[in-house]
Formats: sequence, C-alpha cells, structure tokens
Amino acid sequence: MIVVENLHKSFDGTPVLKGISTTFEKGKTNLIIGQSGSGKTVFLKSLLGLFTPEEGNIIYNGITYSEMDDDQKRELRQQMGMVFQGSALFDSMSVQENVMFPLKMFSKAPLSEMQDRVDFVLNRVKLTDAHHKFPSEISGGMQKRVAIARAIVNKPQYLFCDEPNSGLDPKTAIIIDNLVQEITQEYDITTVINTHDMNSVMEIGEKIVFLKDGHKAWEGSNKEIFRTDNEAVTNFVYSSELFKKVRQMYIEERN
Amino acid sequence: MKYFEAIGKYFLMIREVFLRPTKWSIMKNLILKEIDDLVFGSLGIMIFISFFVGGVVAIQTALNMDSPLLPKYLVGFATRQSVILEFAPTFTSIIMAGKVGSYITSSIGTMRVTEQIDALEVMGVNALNYLVFPKISAMLLYPFVISISMFLGIFGGWAASVMGGFSTSVEFIDGLQIDFKPFHVFYAFTKTIIFAFILATIPSFHGFYMKGGALEVGKASTTSFVWTSVAIIIINYIITQMLLG
Repeated sequence: MIVVENLHKSFDGTPVLKGISTTFEKGKTNLIIGQSGSGKTVFLKSLLGLFTPEEGNIIYNGITYSEMDDDQKRELRQQMGMVFQGSALFDSMSVQENVMFPLKMFSKAPLSEMQDRVDFVLNRVKLTDAHHKFPSEISGGMQKRVAIARAIVNKPQYLFCDEPNSGLDPKTAIIIDNLVQEITQEYDITTVINTHDMNSVMEIGEKIVFLKDGHKAWEGSNKEIFRTDNEAVTNFVYSSELFKKVRQMYIEERN
Repeated sequence: MKYFEAIGKYFLMIREVFLRPTKWSIMKNLILKEIDDLVFGSLGIMIFISFFVGGVVAIQTALNMDSPLLPKYLVGFATRQSVILEFAPTFTSIIMAGKVGSYITSSIGTMRVTEQIDALEVMGVNALNYLVFPKISAMLLYPFVISISMFLGIFGGWAASVMGGFSTSVEFIDGLQIDFKPFHVFYAFTKTIIFAFILATIPSFHGFYMKGGALEVGKASTTSFVWTSVAIIIINYIITQMLLG
C-alpha cells in the first residue's frame, strides 16, 4: 500500500503538485487520470523517487520515503517495477536480455534459474517467440508486453505504468489493460497507472484519482465515476459523445 | 554563474560514477564493449590521419628550411618533436572529441530521451556507474592509440621525406635520434591519460544531463565537442607549463 500525504512539487518556482493526498491499495489497479499538464507524470515520478517533493510524505508499507536511508531506498527500488510510456527497453539488448536485466543486476540465482524465470514471465505476457528479437524488430504492443515482463520479473511489490496504452490500437490497449489487472491480482501488488485513456478507466479503474491543475479534484472507482456530479470529472471523462451515451445508458439501467 | 554550476555538477557526477559499483560480471562485458566501440572503432581514422599529417609536417619543415647551412636531419628532428609533443597527444585528442565524444553524448543522450536512464534508476541501478565507468575504463587504453599515432606520424614523415627527396632515410633517422629526451614521451603520455579521462567524462556529462528530444541530442553533441576541445586545449597549456615550462 502507498499512502501519499500533502505532496508538493514545483519546477523553477512553478508549482506542479499542490498538496495531493491519497492512498493506493494493494491488489488493486489504481489509476491517475487528468488532462495533459495536470501533473500526472510528475506525481508518478515522485512516487518512483525520480523527483524529490518539496513538501509532504510518500509512505510505502508504513515506511516514509524521506526517512529511509540510501540502502532502504535502493531496496525499495528493487521492489518496484515500472512500465514507461515509450517502453524504455534497452535497444542494444534483445527481448530476453531486457527481461533478464534486473535479475542479472540483483539476483544471485544461477543462470538456468534466471532463464526459467524469463521464460515464465514472457510466457505470462504471451510472448513466446520473441526472445532473440531486438526492440526495434517488434511492434509497439509487443514492446509494452516486454516492458511489463521486465517490470514483473523480479516479483515487485509495486507496479507503476506511465500511459501504458499510448500509441496502441484499442484492441491491443484492452489486452494490455487486462494483463496489468490480472498481474496485479495474481501477485497481490500495488499498481499505479497513469493514463488518459477512458477505456482503461472504465475497464480496470478500481480506484481512480483525478488530478486537475496539480490538485486532487476527485477520487473514486469506475462505478462511482458514472454517478459523480463533480463538474471537472464529468467534463473530462464524458467529453466524447460515446462516453456521454455510455453514462446515460448506465444511469437509465440503474433507474 | 551557470558555468560554475555546471563545473560543480560535473565533479559531483564524477564522484557518483565511482560509487555503488555494478556487479563485475556485468561490468566486465560493458568495458569490453566500450573498448571495441571507443578504442578499436577509432583506430582506422587515427591511422589514416596520423600517417598523412606526419607526412605534411615533414614536407612543411623541409620546404621552410631555405638555408643550405641547415642540416637535412632537421626534417626528422622536427617531425619527431611535432608528432610526439603535440600532434599525437593533443591534435589527435581533439579529433577524438569529435568522433568518440559525439558518439558518447548522443548514445547517452538518446537513452535519456527514451527514458532508458530513468528505467535504470527506477530499478535501483547507479546509472552513472553503469554508463560512464566502462567508458572511463575503456579509455585507459587510449595511450595505446596515441602510441600508434606517434609511430605512424613519424613513419608518414619518413615516407614523405624520403619519397619526396627532402632527405635520405639515414638523415631522417639521424634526426629522429638526435637530442632525444625520454621525458618528452613521459610528458606526452601524461597528457594523454588526462585527455582520455576528459574524452570519456565531458561528453558523458552532456549526454546524461541533457533535456528535451532528438533535436537537443544533436545540440548536446555539438556542445560537448566544443567543451571537450576547450578543456583539452586549456589543460594542454597547463600541463605544458608545469612539465616543460
């Protein structure tokens, strides 16, 4: 579980995060949504420890990040898996080498054991015949799956995804969403996804935090988002005709 | 003020490079890869340039010796002095700032732009040690490149001088041996080792801390070449003053 308390972050005097407090629960897919420039990426990178907040606390399983020593921070990072927006695969390494990288770095297991684990996770993300291909030789959807495999190979306690669906067709996007949700439940990890894909919100948004201008404007689940009267949320989520109709149908069905 | 800040950041980066080392089993492969890319990958251009510049130095010296009283062996002497003292260590390093330096900046810069460095940091890897330390280690072989450059520069001078009829082979070789000071070789290799460190670290600094996209990677490569050259020239002056002045 991750607890965020009154998080503030600014760049060159311009505040980007303005006192965000929330909780991301274990075993759930937690979504951060909001318009471009609302502070989603800065928030996610702060959770990852890539940005140091000026004020506020991030508490991982009861331990405050700012109070951890360097060894504890390093240990925590090894419990984190991250899927970057552009996948961030090492382009000089094959798919197999990319996935094996965290194991080679931190595990003392024999190579055969590492290979078994790599085969297992690649199989889990349904990539069985791409071991020796390079990132430039596989599709965007496959790259995302490799990134997910690399993120979970070390059995992390926390999984972070930055726009995992960006640049993917709707069908592949749904496959990736479902894969992330299944992995979250299967391994009972805390997953935080940064997205502006409304399909993801409806499909896997067990907990949704809506950011607007660096503030938390709303939070709830994908069920609650249909019922909310929060204007900022409805303007953002139901900006398309399709989602307006979906909402209308949901309300009519409930009545 | 901005420059002082950058210098401070550079030295902090150097400190970080040597902290939290990567596992040796991984590091050893990275070092071998960098030796191949940075050292062996530069030999072709070095051989070509050294041979012809050595030849030009010999021809220029011979053509400027107007007085018949000047002995012919001076062509060999001047070629040796120019190549060992300045051409091989300094001029070659500036060429390497363009070749190796821009390669380092653009490869690390591209990793920054595509979030590969963020990925390393999120995993708990010391990205600076992982990326920069192998380059510094590989550049420890840079004096080997420079010794080849010295040999070929002098050989180019000999070939141009003998084939061009400016001196005989015996006269040229006499010139190479006259008033030879081994300290000059020590001075040249001292410079070379410092230049090697500069060639590995200044381009890495510009790549690692760059911000922006593909266009900025190109800009960072140019900036890194300029600053690496400036650093080499300034340090060349300081070392020359200290060791020979």
